[in-house]
Amino acid sequence: MDRTKYLIAGASHAGLSALEAIRAYDEHGPVVLVSQEDALPYSPTILYHVVSGRTDPGSAYLRDDDYFARRDVTFLRGARVVSVDPEARSVSLESGDRIEFEKLLLATGARPLLPRIAGLSSVPYHVLRTLDDAVRIRSELTRHGSVAILGGGLIGLHCAESFAEHGLEVTVLEVESALLPGYFDGAAARFIESAFREHGVKILTSAKVTEIAKEGDGISLALEDRPPVRAGMLLVTVGVTPRIDFLAGSGIDTGEGVLVDESMKTNLGHVWAAGDVAQAQDFFGETRILNPILPDAVDQGRVAGMAMADDPYVQSYQGAVSQNFFQFVGHHAFAVGKSTIGEDQGEYEIAAHLDEDEARYWKLVFRDGLLEGAAGINSGLDPGIMWQLVVRRQKLGDLREQFLEDPIQAGRVAMSRWWR
Amino acid sequence: MSRGYQTIAVHTDRCDGCGKCVEACATLKTGSPATGRSRIKVAGDRTRASFGLAVCRQCAEPRCVSCCPSGALNRDEQSGIVTWSEEKCVACGLCTLACPYGGISWDPVSGKVMKCDQCEGNPGCVGACDRGALELTTSSAIYDTWGDAEDLIVPGISACLGCNSELLLRHTLRRIGSEVVLATPPGCIAGVGSVGYNGRTATKVPVFHPLLTNTASMLAGARRYYNRIGRDVTMLALAGDGGTADVGFQALSGAAERGEQMIYICVDNEGYMNTGVQRSGTTPYGSWTSTTPVGSKLRGKARDAKPMALLMALHHCEYVATASTAFMHDYYAKLDKAIAASKHGMAYIHVFSPCPTGWRFSPGMLVEVARKAVEANMVPLWEYELDVDRISFTRSVENPVPVKEYLSLIGKFRHLDDEQVQHIQDTTDRHIELLKRFTEQRLHDNGSLSS
Repeated sequence: MDRTKYLIAGASHAGLSALEAIRAYDEHGPVVLVSQEDALPYSPTILYHVVSGRTDPGSAYLRDDDYFARRDVTFLRGARVVSVDPEARSVSLESGDRIEFEKLLLATGARPLLPRIAGLSSVPYHVLRTLDDAVRIRSELTRHGSVAILGGGLIGLHCAESFAEHGLEVTVLEVESALLPGYFDGAAARFIESAFREHGVKILTSAKVTEIAKEGDGISLALEDRPPVRAGMLLVTVGVTPRIDFLAGSGIDTGEGVLVDESMKTNLGHVWAAGDVAQAQDFFGETRILNPILPDAVDQGRVAGMAMADDPYVQSYQGAVSQNFFQFVGHHAFAVGKSTIGEDQGEYEIAAHLDEDEARYWKLVFRDGLLEGAAGINSGLDPGIMWQLVVRRQKLGDLREQFLEDPIQAGRVAMSRWWR
Repeated sequence: MSRGYQTIAVHTDRCDGCGKCVEACATLKTGSPATGRSRIKVAGDRTRASFGLAVCRQCAEPRCVSCCPSGALNRDEQSGIVTWSEEKCVACGLCTLACPYGGISWDPVSGKVMKCDQCEGNPGCVGACDRGALELTTSSAIYDTWGDAEDLIVPGISACLGCNSELLLRHTLRRIGSEVVLATPPGCIAGVGSVGYNGRTATKVPVFHPLLTNTASMLAGARRYYNRIGRDVTMLALAGDGGTADVGFQALSGAAERGEQMIYICVDNEGYMNTGVQRSGTTPYGSWTSTTPVGSKLRGKARDAKPMALLMALHHCEYVATASTAFMHDYYAKLDKAIAASKHGMAYIHVFSPCPTGWRFSPGMLVEVARKAVEANMVPLWEYELDVDRISFTRSVENPVPVKEYLSLIGKFRHLDDEQVQHIQDTTDRHIELLKRFTEQRLHDNGSLSS
């Protein structure tokens, strides 16, 4: 059995960020990093670029062996954690090996969420969460003339774009009334939808799939209120869910994910969690939420790593803020915070600007003089500055007028004034 | 010790929003002055008529790098620059979301991101700025050169919070090294612990405590002893302005005139800060001190300070310089010359040394005060080398900020009326004119000062 001071389960952004934070304070404390996959660390965000062919699978990695050697870190690949015994302070691996730890970080990420639709399990379908998934999808692309994508979120739409470019007939089925729910609404969602249509992608919104079945060489998806969709290949991208099944019976509190406090610590004093697996404080509310996005994984990992190393400069996790950037068919968009608040929600004030000729759009959501959300398409806004204005709860004061007229300049002025 | 890096310093107070930096960057990086693709962006603040600059900070712990899923962004440990690989970038744009400074942004033409790479050490934006709002700061080089040298002052000395003398002590001894005899007469340098408390000294080098009157004489004697036994040991005085310009002056003047081999550093905090903030010969006009109080008749010190550094240059010293700890690379360059000059004769450095305790300003403002005095020409940075026999400015004295900007930072000047401020402005301007004459005219030509 191996023993270590720090055990990090999961080698993507949260795990790597925690590792850097630990090593920044504790140069020599033994660290073991385990990954369930037999591969160097990589980001799930790279996967659709592997599918599209933009990124070669062999160069998709974030770190190499030398990186771990130089930091005196033991990196174990293909080492899936199957159970945690907090009393014995040990984990068991699929191989049967056990590792004892003083402090454990759960950064095991998420797995694809599968919708409860009759027949799904009886047909061949793809998900996109691992490098193997990506390589498999890419190898099958040429074998099919058409693809159905269940779920119009970021992963589904990225894949839709590159499938269309590969000459496939693509249909995206989104159960909500617009694409990318949670990030964009109204004019933005409509713009994104029409851009995809122009790109040759068939978009079906409010599409409730009732049954999925094999049909000849392909698959047929029955819909509640319209004719079925037929495709040679099915990709399921309806979301992700934390990988917590292996924690059953461990005594670690879980909800939808692993429940953590403001230092990313679980109910047990020597176990932390960060990234897609964690359910942490919402920035805007009192509850704990899932926020499975890359920048938040980085931030959570750093807080957890500093807390684990007893770094005195550790700061509390600031709370989960929705944020993302989306590049699609020649356009780019971003959303931060409460970006989908509508005009009808009285306590908010909304400023929006749409320039159809220039395909340019931005929207700012204010409450009590604070910026609480922002979204843009080809907007020129600095997304990181908008994010800072939200999380700093920065009162805009005399800059408010300029924000409404020229938010690009106003954002840079705000940065220069308050946190340069 | 970790490395220091050069950086593009942004002085927004000097920016007039002309946009030359933006055009220069765009032209250099894209071949067209169209500003949308510039890596540096200027933003006008309408309500305050000021400007903000967004450009990559080359962060030490860059969040953009942590948030890059493709390994396209990295931080170069040697240069400190956050590098971007076009080949690896997948244009996901997450870096633009990760950066709080608008330092990496979407390039609408290439459909990728763009950021500053400091133009291989010669940034086009800095070259294009004719107002000094952008400056390539290379002072970090001294930390790379000297950072690993031993700190010859122990930790935990008894200096006041924000003490300039402590900064100076540690840097000076680190550069000069341990082959040294240090003399610290009564004053703050001795008071912070260099000559000891509880039976120990704070220095890791030989140190002695001369009288306030005889520092230069004692060092002269010690150096002659080492010359006799054939050892090259640097004689170093770190003395306050009282021990230098007032009662210590006769010993210093004599040693300088005789060409005694030493480095004499005057740590000028403009009065007796160690004994209750009394005025000295270098206390500037108008200063409040405990012996030049502010009341219905007296409005602080009524006399002007004596120009100590210039007086020393007129002593045929091998080397004379002024310095400020806000310009550390300048100070290090002058220390290099002083060390060389002290092999042959007197090297004198007059270091401006603001005192948070005695001057009444927040300890956190120390370096800002030290910088503003230089920018206002109250403390012009210059040097004099005997074989050149002229003064040369080591930082331009053109386009100074008004002295009022400096005076307003400090409590001891708070009572000044417009007339007094004008007096200080006028004497400052006259002093600069005098120094300028000596940049053209030799100090000792024909043994006369007349032109």
